[in-house]
Amino acid sequence: MSPHDGELERLREEVAAWRAVYGKLPLREGVEFTSVSGRELEPAYSALDLEQTLGAPNELPGQYPFTRGIHPTMYRGRLWTMRQFAGFGTAEDTNRRYKFLLERGQTGLSVAFDFPTLMGYDSDHPRSEGEVGKCGVAIASLRDMEDLFAGIPLDRVSTSMTINGPAAILFCFYVAAAEKQGVDIRQLQGTVQNDILKEYMAQHAWIYPPEPALKIIVDMFEWAAEHTPKWNTISISGYHIREAGATAAQELAFTLANGFCYVEHGMARGLAVDAFAPRLSFFWDVHNDFFEEIAKMRAARRIWARHLKERYGAADDRSWKMRFHCQTAGVTLTAQQPMNNIVRVAYQALAAVLGGTQSLHTNALDETLALPTEESVRIALRTQQILAVETGVPNVADPLGGSYYVEALTDQMEREAEALFAEIDAQGGVVAAIESGWFQRQIARSAARFQGEVETDRRTIVGVNDFLEEERAAPDILRIGEEADRTQRARMARLRAERDDARVEQALTALRNAAVADRNVMPEMLDCARGYCTLYEIRDVLERVYGAYREPVFF
Amino acid sequence: MSPRTLSRPIRVLVAKPGLDGHDRGAKVVAAALRDAGMEVVYTGLHQTPEMIATAAVQEDVDVVGLSILSGAHMTLFPRVLQLLADMGRNDILLTGGGIIPPEDIDVLQAKGVGKLFGPGTPTSELVQYITTWAAANLDG
Repeated sequence: MSPHDGELERLREEVAAWRAVYGKLPLREGVEFTSVSGRELEPAYSALDLEQTLGAPNELPGQYPFTRGIHPTMYRGRLWTMRQFAGFGTAEDTNRRYKFLLERGQTGLSVAFDFPTLMGYDSDHPRSEGEVGKCGVAIASLRDMEDLFAGIPLDRVSTSMTINGPAAILFCFYVAAAEKQGVDIRQLQGTVQNDILKEYMAQHAWIYPPEPALKIIVDMFEWAAEHTPKWNTISISGYHIREAGATAAQELAFTLANGFCYVEHGMARGLAVDAFAPRLSFFWDVHNDFFEEIAKMRAARRIWARHLKERYGAADDRSWKMRFHCQTAGVTLTAQQPMNNIVRVAYQALAAVLGGTQSLHTNALDETLALPTEESVRIALRTQQILAVETGVPNVADPLGGSYYVEALTDQMEREAEALFAEIDAQGGVVAAIESGWFQRQIARSAARFQGEVETDRRTIVGVNDFLEEERAAPDILRIGEEADRTQRARMARLRAERDDARVEQALTALRNAAVADRNVMPEMLDCARGYCTLYEIRDVLERVYGAYREPVFF
Repeated sequence: MSPRTLSRPIRVLVAKPGLDGHDRGAKVVAAALRDAGMEVVYTGLHQTPEMIATAAVQEDVDVVGLSILSGAHMTLFPRVLQLLADMGRNDILLTGGGIIPPEDIDVLQAKGVGKLFGPGTPTSELVQYITTWAAANLDG
């Protein structure tokens, strides 16, 4: 990649001369040529910028450290999975939306739960009032999970579930639902997000304090490796960290640091790294800054591979390969002129594919106003299909590999991430830095910087602080009424009346005993699910053993 | 117009009711109001309406701002409004923002909730609204 010395010297002179010419030319006034994350950018890049590159000179796709993708074939072998995140109302409502999406060519399911479910409350718990089915689907027991997937054979779809605090419980509902369908659970494919560390940092759907929460996650690593070997036990997520305000480099570094923390906890249990690392997956936000996002994903793969191999001693190449999902950045959608969001999403989707993603959710144009309508999710899905079959982009792996700019940015991202890892270590590690609020402050500071740039017009958002228009009527939005709440309450009442109370008591007691004895809680939790114990009953038993998390409050 | 038209700073409680964990907006707003010279208390996440109304009275604030992105606004705003009235404090301005459809805003304002702000609103607009309200409604 780097030319030999004589050539390099000549290039250095040429670039210096070019710089001198560039410096005399007028530039657009009042424009800061920085990335969305505030990164200073050169006016152009050349081979000089790759003189000290961290990349391997002749690396090819599918080769360690996987900068250029995890497969030699990339999208020639298999397209990314088109996976639209969906859920609202009751299990029956969402079951209908899933069938709508599958019939239109979607290739994987992704469950959005409502806030009570995300926090581990039953639909009829007092804290759930007003929130049932509003931001996702309400799932409070195995009964709801059975109805969510009625008519959808669980050995033939892959399902992603965005659930963290009570992830193990919802995973048990899913496994139990598969058992009820008569499916071999070894064939189950999918992912639970299960990334509690970023909950403390950004997304905030937590239940227990970090150490017991990490213990339950390692229980899942251990149990799933044996019983559901095709299941991804965690999706280590930058998405929410970025959406909360982090820069691209912070998203990259904080997320990877969380990944290392999970690896270390698994190894501390005595698990062999290659026994669980191949089932760890990742989730990135795809923001507006096109090349910065692509570089972020390339750097992420490389850093993960290097640390897993060199620092943690993984020998299985599946442990080195970072597989990830992407979602276009919800925070970039504007309520003003919402149709413009279609265009934003299309550019972000292109960046995700050029970055080598394994699956993708494209946001719908109206998601800054409400949950999306059928019409708007259809456009979002079609955006991916047009990219996949009309643009020619999937024909060639890592088409930007070798671009001076993209390679230099990839290097820069890796260096910045390593510097942030050192800062996190200096804070006492991930858990200590969460407890002190260090991550939360870093993220809030970046959010405030961005807002300040927009408000002082140093950063332009079309339709928000420039190119304004008299607002036309808002598009029709999906409205979730109180119907779901009433239906869910009736369903819960019926469940509580019909189930075997003695079985419930016995299963919950067994779970409590497992937690007190510090055993792996998964077998007993699965038995609670089978016996129709509710989400909150299971959460509550463990909370009495493990305690509750209290956030450091600041602004 | 600045908050200095009062002889004391305006006191604001920024609150996150319900189970919604999205606090980017609440924190940006809290910081902006503080930078505008107001005294700001932030509740942290996952507060019940009872916790918020009690904090508002105990902290003796002039304004309560709720941030709701969960769709539960039609339950949470009226509940906080009612609790403040029950405590004899319907002099406190209840305002807020989040993902709230325009027709819901109309209904809430008819019940006595103040102005509600949507995505993309500059923080200067909130400062302007609160200082204008304070000049017209607060003594001292």
